[in-house]
Amino acid sequence: MARARFDVRSQPGFGTIALFTFVVLYLPIITLVAYAFNASESLTAWGGFSLHWFGEAARNTAVQDAAWRSLVIALSAASVATVAATMAAIATTRTAPYRGLGFKYAFINLPLMVPEIVTAVALLIVFARVKVWTGYSGLGYLILAHTAFCIPFAYLPIRARLEGMDEALERAAADLYAPPWQVFRRVTLPLLRPGIIAGFMLAFVISLDDVVISEFVKSGGQDTLPTYMLGQMRREITPEVNAIAAAFLALSVVLVTIFFFINRKKT
Amino acid sequence: MASAADVARQEEGRKIRSRWLLSAPALVIVFIAAIGPLLVMLAYSFMTKGDYGDVKPAFSLDGWFSVLFQRDMFDDTLSLADAHLSIVWRSVRLSVITTFATLVLGFPTAYFIATRPRNTREVWVFLVTIPFWTNLLIRTFAMQQVIRNEGILNSLLIWLGIIREPLQIMYTDWAILFGMVYVYLPLMVLPLYASLEKLDFRLIEAGYDLYAGRLAVLRRIILPLVKPGIVAGSILVFIPSLGAYVIPRVLGGGKNLMLGNLIELQFGSGRNWPLGAALSITLMVLVMVAMLFYVRNAARSGGGHG
Amino acid sequence: MPEPAAVQGKRIAIEARGIVKQFGQGPSALRALDNVSVSIRENEFFTLLGPSGCGKTTLLRMIAGFEYPTEGAILLHGEDIAGLPPFKRPINTVFQSYALFPHLSVWENVAFGLQMLGRPSAEIGPRVAEMLKLVHMEELAQRRTDQISGGQAQRVALARALAPAPKVLLLDEPLSALDYKLRKEMQIELKRMQSETGITFVFVTHDQEEALTMSDRIAVMSKGKVLQIGSPWDIYDKPAERFVADFIGETNFLTAEMVGIGGGTARVRLRSGIEIPATIAEGYTPGREATIVVRPEHARAVKTGGQLAGKVENVVYFGTDTHIYIVLDEGGPFMVRQQNSRSQSCGFEVGDRVGIDIAADAAQVLRD
Repeated sequence: MARARFDVRSQPGFGTIALFTFVVLYLPIITLVAYAFNASESLTAWGGFSLHWFGEAARNTAVQDAAWRSLVIALSAASVATVAATMAAIATTRTAPYRGLGFKYAFINLPLMVPEIVTAVALLIVFARVKVWTGYSGLGYLILAHTAFCIPFAYLPIRARLEGMDEALERAAADLYAPPWQVFRRVTLPLLRPGIIAGFMLAFVISLDDVVISEFVKSGGQDTLPTYMLGQMRREITPEVNAIAAAFLALSVVLVTIFFFINRKKT
Repeated sequence: MASAADVARQEEGRKIRSRWLLSAPALVIVFIAAIGPLLVMLAYSFMTKGDYGDVKPAFSLDGWFSVLFQRDMFDDTLSLADAHLSIVWRSVRLSVITTFATLVLGFPTAYFIATRPRNTREVWVFLVTIPFWTNLLIRTFAMQQVIRNEGILNSLLIWLGIIREPLQIMYTDWAILFGMVYVYLPLMVLPLYASLEKLDFRLIEAGYDLYAGRLAVLRRIILPLVKPGIVAGSILVFIPSLGAYVIPRVLGGGKNLMLGNLIELQFGSGRNWPLGAALSITLMVLVMVAMLFYVRNAARSGGGHG
Repeated sequence: MPEPAAVQGKRIAIEARGIVKQFGQGPSALRALDNVSVSIRENEFFTLLGPSGCGKTTLLRMIAGFEYPTEGAILLHGEDIAGLPPFKRPINTVFQSYALFPHLSVWENVAFGLQMLGRPSAEIGPRVAEMLKLVHMEELAQRRTDQISGGQAQRVALARALAPAPKVLLLDEPLSALDYKLRKEMQIELKRMQSETGITFVFVTHDQEEALTMSDRIAVMSKGKVLQIGSPWDIYDKPAERFVADFIGETNFLTAEMVGIGGGTARVRLRSGIEIPATIAEGYTPGREATIVVRPEHARAVKTGGQLAGKVENVVYFGTDTHIYIVLDEGGPFMVRQQNSRSQSCGFEVGDRVGIDIAADAAQVLRD
């Protein structure tokens, strides 16, 4: 009877379902990546291993432009959003509740609760008019829109970090003759750094990944990498799209891994 | 002595000013590029539609009216807008099924992870996190490659001899459903794991000690304790499902629209901006109702556990 | 009562004058401090003692500049510092949880205040070294603060606060996180550093034993008020109020009848009918009835005689001494603490008749 030891934690079938879930989660991604290395012209048949489509994608100027544009937007939006979110987090944490605190909190987090498509069309109708009025139709609109929906994502980890921070440290600095600016520069900011990095990376990934809002806000010839791929999917698909997606995926995995380890070091 | 009190008051005033100054940039950006436009859209839903898109600045309830009804082109009679209603119904139905399916898959998975040894748990969580942070479009595209007629699912089924002809999954509701379950599954697993991880397994031992069987322990002890996680996960899946746009567009083709695509249509070829705006607000209200349900539920269970 | 010679005639370092701190407004307002006045002398080890929530920490934070009084003034060497932010006050704090900067090394923590004061690095180096030597932490100067033990963190916090040579050092329950043995060591260390540096120490604690062993003077606080200020000896042997007597050490309360007052002493008649002499608390308002206190070690259990009589209810052996719990004949408890001798037990068992012999100068009349 020693073999049938009773395990308090196990539930019948849960392990099997979990295994199935992980297969479901990874099978499509693996398929997608595998076909990126397909030498064949079509997506239906396997023509042997090749880096052909990666080369093809890298030489494609439309892809180059879109990738560059995505990077510029994500860097600008994530930077602005992180600065704004850091300031807002400092103003909304570690204080006794004050009038306007709940309002600020709801306001900053609202973009999280509105379906993307709704924000997207709302931006479309407003920016369409602004574009006519001002005659400006540059990347500014995309950057502004991305910044707005990145702010709550940057705000979350920074706020969490601030809330976990002992206020006595700042008091100790003030007690040791540091005026408010020095307290911020020498104590608050260094301690907040992991939160700020996490916030920036979150914002960066969110901006890089965005399809819907970009699709509606962009002017002609302003494709980002995701909107370029969306456009391609409507046409005859070649493994070139797989190659772009696989490269994109690799970038995401790297970022998530970094993020994961930063967060783990903290605890 | 007034001086100490004065200093205290000045200090308070300075604090309030700096708090508003610090939060101003975030508030202004969010207002300009999120909340402001939503207000404009609310206004648009009450205006007259322009001939080639856009709106005319005249008050009209036509936009809201046509969410539910349509006017016959020839005899001006009214009837229910079947097309819209069936799309709303598809959105709600698919979202509910998606939520349920992710729960059925996600709960055992989260439980499985939570019962691993502490050091390997993080690896499993990491494995769930990676798809979570992978571009939504890429994951949708990946699903497309699995369920295509020539995709590996059909190939596998034919190879196994279960079917002879490939199943037409793409461009059906099934495709949208598969896509949404796949894409939103991590959103269910992560909050479920968060509450299962906190579960005190001594309570389960106590349950077995008091003669509960496995099913009774699951139903009477585990499920009630992780209810907040179940509700959180369900809301996190349900809300984006309801507003899905990319998944039905890529996997559903042009025919199987969901609310998100119907909204887009009004701003594109439909050229009915007030209707599009009214539909957007409708979607937002549906989402807010779901959120409200969640907040009330969270508050209740939070209070219940002290 | 004469002050100990060491603090007599010294100048005042810190004075809190009529401090009121009110949180909230109207009838729900909470008075954390209610008209508190304290004068702390130069080079003094002054302790604010009281249970949690008595306002001692609030008063300390006010001296540091983290809290502003609703009414009243804080004077440093006679100058009102109410308007000065903490970073402009020549006062440093050792925080309860030390609040060492986790991103800086031990050395950098200690140097922080000097750097903020803009001292040249030629001065900072030797000063930090001196401070680390004072707290025996020279060897761990380059350690990160999360790699040192609680006792070491305590020393670093002390060195950091002392490095800028403040006029006054505030210590907010700095020993509460340490275990018993380490706490005893640090008490002696702190006392040594205070006399070596000559800096005024203001110490906050809820531990009466700690207060008694370390302080030159103690202010006992309760519910936002200062009840009594005096030397440890004063506070222990001549408590002014019931709360003070009860909070500090174990004690016996007896109700007695006032027979006569004169020359700072009184004669009181106990319930047993026997008259004994007693000292009188400051501010006592004469009346017929009086509450007197007798410390358990100032009474003896005797087989025959004594001013009070009763029955032994319980005998508890403590190693160094034995506690004999007695129920008095006129009602009410009385406890006697008796030094143990090696050869025999205290000689009483539960149920025995017992007499209580109160030492001649043991009784004190309370003011309330």
